Amino acid sequence: MSQNLAAFLYLVSGVLFIMALRGLSHPTTSRQGNVYGMVGMAIAIGTTLLLATPSFGGLVLIVVALAIGGGAGAYIARTIPMTAMPQLVAGFHSLVGLAAVMVAAAALYDPVSFGIGMIGEIHGQALIEMALGAAIGAITFTGSIIAYLKLDGRMSGKPILLPYRHWINIGLLVAIVLFMVGLTLSESHFDFWLIVVLALALGVLLIVPIGGADMPVVVSMLNSYSGWAAAGIGFTLGNLALIITGALVGSSGAILSYIMCKGMNRSFVSVILGGFGGEAAAAGADDGVQLSVKQGSAEDAAFLMQNAQKVIIVPGYGMAVAQAQHALRELADTLKEYGVEVKYAIHPVAGRMPGHMNVLLAEANVPYDEVFELEDINGEFAQADVAYVIGANDVTNPAARDDKSSPIYGMPILDVDKARTCLFVKRSLGSGYAGIDNTLFYKDGTMMLLGDAKKMTDDIVKAMKH
Amino acid sequence: MASDLMNSALEQLDQAVQSVKVAAEQAPDAVAMAAHGVSGGAIDPFVFRLAIFVLSIFVGYYVVWSVTPALHTPLMAVTNAISSVIVVGALLAVGISASGYATGFGFVALVLVSVNIFGGFLVTSRMLAMYKKKDR
Repeated sequence: MSQNLAAFLYLVSGVLFIMALRGLSHPTTSRQGNVYGMVGMAIAIGTTLLLATPSFGGLVLIVVALAIGGGAGAYIARTIPMTAMPQLVAGFHSLVGLAAVMVAAAALYDPVSFGIGMIGEIHGQALIEMALGAAIGAITFTGSIIAYLKLDGRMSGKPILLPYRHWINIGLLVAIVLFMVGLTLSESHFDFWLIVVLALALGVLLIVPIGGADMPVVVSMLNSYSGWAAAGIGFTLGNLALIITGALVGSSGAILSYIMCKGMNRSFVSVILGGFGGEAAAAGADDGVQLSVKQGSAEDAAFLMQNAQKVIIVPGYGMAVAQAQHALRELADTLKEYGVEVKYAIHPVAGRMPGHMNVLLAEANVPYDEVFELEDINGEFAQADVAYVIGANDVTNPAARDDKSSPIYGMPILDVDKARTCLFVKRSLGSGYAGIDNTLFYKDGTMMLLGDAKKMTDDIVKAMKH
Repeated sequence: MASDLMNSALEQLDQAVQSVKVAAEQAPDAVAMAAHGVSGGAIDPFVFRLAIFVLSIFVGYYVVWSVTPALHTPLMAVTNAISSVIVVGALLAVGISASGYATGFGFVALVLVSVNIFGGFLVTSRMLAMYKKKDR
């Protein structure tokens, strides 16, 4: 196959990837889009095999690797529960990161096969691109592993704050840049591995101080990094598909990070610097006055809801933890039998990754046209009889709207306090992830339903069917 | 009303994407030829790659903003799957490399990205299959 034809086919696969993302503008076109993506990938792999014409031994190795990895990937994709999606995505990011490091290393040890010069005479520019790809890949690898551990609950979601951590990070970054210069001048393998090791350490240090509630930003950011790493390798190989894809993924992750930051009214820099959440407990309404809270039972909640005309359900991370999405759907179905109008309201940062709640509701067969984003539904709370808050907390805290001294002041919230009654399902009266007391608990219209989200929802359904 | 507006906006976007596609398909050749004429072929291919890179960032910017927030999780899963196109580098290393080290690194990379390719696309399609409309 000629180089020109190959370049053209890589371009086609890049365009198919654009179409794959384009399809996601609506659920009905999204499945088609995913098929475009698969075709694009098949074209890229096929073109590479035809262009490179591997030896028989090489072909066997390729088939073995594809079988091992593909089998594992397919198994994971089939069996993973939807609630574990944030961990899964973080885990997948780490694989792309490590793969970028490995490909860069392979190119360094055998530049001839990659068409970037002879050993000892690799073009300086290719060395820079390779080092950048490897460094970003290494940061993505360890950073995603830490994110995975935090999301999977194997590591505390609390920020871990090292003394002088900003200085350590800056020092590491400077050292990486210096060794990149060294690598470009000397093509020393030692310099390359030093860059990788330093970048691996930097990845850990960057993510460790970031708290659990900021994970949506971290996951999006690592998504972006994996794209930039791929683009770096794409420049080394001069491969159009990789360059286009790297740019797409990089900008996609960056946009998602921006949307998540806006959903929390925090600057990207303050999220990255870390330390938010966990330390600021007892801030705010701690003036010694014992405020009274109205508690209710499942029967009270059932009575209120079945006599309502309109109920808006506000799910949050707690729903995912309790696996309450199916029970919730049953509750909505029962309410509809009583002629109640049911809608769902999703805050942009609900859950642990962008769109997390939407996937869980879709899994429980909730139709997507009953699920609304914050801006589209916030005006409707005033006409709703009941707002059923299940597993969300900070995103409903009226202090973000009314109390200028609150640390979350200015964050857009769902106006559940404007509904006639707010039913708030919660395990205990503790504060939310941001460590801030929720003033909603003490309002007259609020009834606290203390208990596990799933059990409480089941109990309400039982009470209504009596 | 609102849905009309939405439809016309989507149509415009579609046209925009089409024209970007056409432009992207023609651009490298056209630019390369023009540059060849002006410079006598002295421009580094890096510049063309950079041009494609920068344009793709813009394409990505507009395409991703049009993704509905309800599908942001599948978006992350699918971007993850397509970034495994780094597989082309791994294939070169395994397939034609003469150095044992390079083959080894390539093999590891190939296993990792094939987890991602199969896992990423399959989990995305599993998610997308769940998004259903209300039965009327």
